[in-house]
Amino acid sequence: MTFLELTEGPLWYVAATVFVVGAAWRLLGILRFGRKPDLSVPRASAAGGAIGAVIRHSLPRHGFAERTAYHIIAGYMFHLGLFALLLFAAPHITFIHDRLLGVSWPALPRWGFIVVAEVAFAGLIMLWVRRICDPVMRQISDADDHAGTWLTFLAMLTGCLALQEGNDVLRGIHMLTVEVWMVYFPFSRLMHAFTFVLSRGYMGATYGRRGIAP
Amino acid sequence: MTAEKAVDAFLGQIDAAVASYLESCVHCGECAEACHFYEVTRDPKYTPTHKLKPMVRAYKRHKAPFSGLRRALGIAPSEVTLEELQEWSPLVYDACTMCARCTLVCPMGIDIATSIRKMREGMVAAGVAPQGLVEASERALEKGSPLGVTLKALKKQIADQEAETGIPVELDKKGADYMVILSAMEVLGFPEVIGALSRIFKQAGVSWTIPSAGFEGTNVGVQLGSRDIARELLARVVNAAETLEVKYVISPECGHAYSALKWEGPNLMGRPYKFEVVHILELLEQLRAEGRLRTKGKDGRRLTYHDPCQLVRRGGLAAQPRSLLHQVADGFVEMDNAGLGNYCCGGGGGVSSNERAEELRFKAFAKKKEQVDKLGGVEAMVTSCANCRNVLEEAVDEYHMDLEILGLTELLAEYLDDEAA
Repeated sequence: MTFLELTEGPLWYVAATVFVVGAAWRLLGILRFGRKPDLSVPRASAAGGAIGAVIRHSLPRHGFAERTAYHIIAGYMFHLGLFALLLFAAPHITFIHDRLLGVSWPALPRWGFIVVAEVAFAGLIMLWVRRICDPVMRQISDADDHAGTWLTFLAMLTGCLALQEGNDVLRGIHMLTVEVWMVYFPFSRLMHAFTFVLSRGYMGATYGRRGIAP
Repeated sequence: MTAEKAVDAFLGQIDAAVASYLESCVHCGECAEACHFYEVTRDPKYTPTHKLKPMVRAYKRHKAPFSGLRRALGIAPSEVTLEELQEWSPLVYDACTMCARCTLVCPMGIDIATSIRKMREGMVAAGVAPQGLVEASERALEKGSPLGVTLKALKKQIADQEAETGIPVELDKKGADYMVILSAMEVLGFPEVIGALSRIFKQAGVSWTIPSAGFEGTNVGVQLGSRDIARELLARVVNAAETLEVKYVISPECGHAYSALKWEGPNLMGRPYKFEVVHILELLEQLRAEGRLRTKGKDGRRLTYHDPCQLVRRGGLAAQPRSLLHQVADGFVEMDNAGLGNYCCGGGGGVSSNERAEELRFKAFAKKKEQVDKLGGVEAMVTSCANCRNVLEEAVDEYHMDLEILGLTELLAEYLDDEAA
């Protein structure tokens, strides 16, 4: 078994299993706490409030945009770039078609991949620089924040190196870093990729029924 | 006084919503940019999410998914200590008014104010709540009011207002439509609100009463972070309303009293009420819309409105005060971030009852001053919370500002057309 076969075979299945089971376990672990019914008389819809909050908190907030511009811009650059790479990089589409869903869609051209990757890298580096420079960020950051950032950075970096698809070792290294990232994901703050729906939703529902849209 | 009690109380507060808040923070630090305590000091310890740290640690060590695995592997967060809770007490009580402004800016939508409210339960259990708030809660339990307002004192104020307006106020009127409760600060500092209500309700033909037991709207249990105290104080109001068989209880010009009675109350009592809760602003706006609040003339001063946090961000009352103000004020102007994004007065959430927080409270007022100064030439600031009003008055004196602080109900009554009754 070659290194690439190992990372695309057994290690991939292990990582995917830990990712799916771990993430589901953590989400269900939060939901299992449940919530007592709110006995106060509602003024408006909790469901509407939840949906509104999930959408609204993806957008810059009036009154705060100027103060938080750096984080907003870097955050959009990184997240949009990452999603574009994840879903529209040609090798990813092939992998999704062949190994996961059996469907495919048009890929980014090579130049598009490079531009998007640069935007994503710039965003991630900007976020990390802020994390190590800003006194507030230094106060609240912990090892998990840095580990998540660096694992994501390495997964993206090895992905760019593996763009030359003919090199199996580079592809294998990318697969391996992604698998480490996937195994780390459920136990880390990277889970915010899923938990944001819960926190925004619960907050939005609480205030939505009061007729407020915070 | 042990950290274990605090940890038990923290964990007892965890439901799916709170767990999602404690799980989702990505440590982005945006909440600092919305907190007046951080903005005026630039001290990172005032970052809102940092204030929750002991509760987050307790949750992640004992209750979060994978906490057992983390403990087994020796990588769980360490136990919360009493020293740590003592260190956090000023952050949780002095430097948070539970104003909820941080939630607006949080990308994860974390309700930090509610989480702080929950965290205070643990701080009380550990005996690290500030003395001023503890004493206020003891006065509330023993004397019926956090400021020690007795029924005798209330009756004296009512008698003075009856003499002023010539309108009798009937206590304990069974079957009245509305039951008015008052905040201690109103009774002691702004008793004119009683006369204002008498005149407005007379003109509008509102049937109302004040209960001799359970007249205190202030719920210091909510501010302190004690469900037991909050429930006991609330029960006095609920019992009074249900004994008098009123249809509505009017929450007074007080921010947290409304949150406590309207939103937290039925959950504290464990049952729905047999009456409806209406804030005085809601009722006044309803009367205005129905043509039952008839005024004559307008205040010509340049004035602005301070939104009490608990009414606007946690209570949902933003439109009513503006509509009412337009009825009686020609020169009404809005501050930057008015409404949902308005700044706190600096003294909500029990901060004004906490003597050790006084210096920081005055510092925090700098954000409100900045808003007012930016408008330029403002002569008066209207609000609809007696606690905000008192805090603002003290701060205006401290900063030597030439700015009058007004209560909205009294301002409306000032322009009431008594002849239209």
